[in-house]
Amino acid sequence: MGPGGVDGRGAVSEPGGAAAARSELEDAARRAEARRGFLIALPAWFYLTLFFVIPLGIVAVYSFATRSSTGRTVLSDWNFDSYRRLWDSLVVEIALRTLLLALATTLICLMFAYPLAYYMATRRPALRNVLLILVMIPFWSNFLVRTYAWKVLLGSDGPVSQLSQALGGEPIRLLFTNTAVIIGLVYGFLPFMVLPLYTALERMDWSLVEAARDLYADGWTAFRKVTWPLSIPGVVAGSILVFIPTLGAYVTPAILGGAKTTLAGDYIVSQFLAARNQPFGSALSMGMMLIMLAATIVYFRWFRPSGRDL
Amino acid sequence: MSVVTGLRPKSPAERLLATNSWLVFAFFYAPIVVLVVFSFNANENVGIWTEPSLRWYREVFRDEAVMGALRNSLIVAAISTTVATILGTMAALALERFRFRGQRVYDGLLYLPIIIPEVTMAVMLLLFFAQGFQWLDGAIGWSPTFGIGTISLSHIAFNISFVTVVVRARLGQLDPRLEEAAADLYATRWQAFRGITLPLILPGVAGGALLALTLSLDDVVITNFVAGPGSTTLPVYVFGLVRRGVTPLINAVSVIMLAASMVLVAVSFGFQRGSRGRVPESMAEDG
Repeated sequence: MGPGGVDGRGAVSEPGGAAAARSELEDAARRAEARRGFLIALPAWFYLTLFFVIPLGIVAVYSFATRSSTGRTVLSDWNFDSYRRLWDSLVVEIALRTLLLALATTLICLMFAYPLAYYMATRRPALRNVLLILVMIPFWSNFLVRTYAWKVLLGSDGPVSQLSQALGGEPIRLLFTNTAVIIGLVYGFLPFMVLPLYTALERMDWSLVEAARDLYADGWTAFRKVTWPLSIPGVVAGSILVFIPTLGAYVTPAILGGAKTTLAGDYIVSQFLAARNQPFGSALSMGMMLIMLAATIVYFRWFRPSGRDL
Repeated sequence: MSVVTGLRPKSPAERLLATNSWLVFAFFYAPIVVLVVFSFNANENVGIWTEPSLRWYREVFRDEAVMGALRNSLIVAAISTTVATILGTMAALALERFRFRGQRVYDGLLYLPIIIPEVTMAVMLLLFFAQGFQWLDGAIGWSPTFGIGTISLSHIAFNISFVTVVVRARLGQLDPRLEEAAADLYATRWQAFRGITLPLILPGVAGGALLALTLSLDDVVITNFVAGPGSTTLPVYVFGLVRRGVTPLINAVSVIMLAASMVLVAVSFGFQRGSRGRVPESMAEDG
């Protein structure tokens, strides 16, 4: 820590003139440090301003513009029409369906990930690492390919349907339904839930559980009073990591969903590629961003994240 | 040290936990296994198994559209990884080792591309390039088009943040006294960086670069928006095919893409193991 170190060494009492000269020197050194830091930060700053902040501004501006009859965006005649359309019953329906699907995905992930993370965290260290790698591999492999695998599995002549027919049942037609989308989303985002839960449980002081048992708590009580409260940061982190990307999911519904399962992500994309209504699409994007920023801020304010990256 | 779980080894709760775990792992790997198996199926019809063959892999390498898309992917990944790794590492150094004006805003700005939904970022960049090109045409009569250039610029925009996060984590673990000791021995700031900091954070930089490479090679949503006609990347090309249906050719391409990501994971685990020696060895010690 550059400047901090200088401060520490300078805090020695000296005769007036020398101390003043020294503090002036320190000020100059600190200013030079700050300038150097700023210069090192500058390239990324410049890049993100040009290719992130300005594009964000353009979307904000477009959301107040008008769509001409030919589908062009007219950058004059500013209005709130696109925002008013956000309350159309179709938009509200899509928003609710997206929220519901994201919520269901998060809960299902939690239901399976928690016991898995618990199991992993309570194994011998060597086995623990093998299991961790087994979770990491799907986490790192191509998302599109993993989603496509489910299209192969769930198709009308795919293995799932064939298996059901071989067992004397009906052919199962899951593809292009909400169920297929939820399966795909759970599959895609489950590792995001397992990893923070595992981190929380693995770091937990298990002697606390032992203490609870010594005080005659049964297994369930010990879990409810000790383990669960201590794992809450992992639960919250995992839920946010699943919930937020699911809200904006586009690839999964596009591959596994059908015409009746439009989600927010599809809907925004269709405004730009098919409907050619950029102002409305921009307003939708702004709405989605606000919801997610709100969720993220709530998360950072209410819960202190463990600060561990994935 | 044995782990205290509050569970007896053969209790029903313990059995339930084990069953759930193996079910989840089956869920993780069954689709991948099915995909790999079917990619070696000779039959045109994906669902009906006839005999093992490498037929579809041969077709992949003969398919000019796939090969062209692959080439674009590799060019974009190389450009965006290089630029994002340099800019991201500099940003991480500035944030962890310096104090400067606007630092908190800068910190927040760097997190935004990670938090923001991909669809939104795709929309932003599409409008930005479309508007920018129109403006450039009017101002200086130069009208660039969507293609490898716009894809690379977009990938850099999201990759900088991921590299910064990874490198910062590494810098945070580093003992600042090492750099102070170098300074006490009259090393300049640059010498301390070259001699001490850079070698020590290199595994973090490599980890960040690998993450950037993976993200660039995998991206569909943003690339789909900023690609031009005839300049798509492999994932975007495959995405287009996948939406139309399931074919043996896609199976083979998918397995190749999967194998590529496995190689990247293996390399990144190798880096972590070799440099930190932390995750596997130290855990094994207290066992």
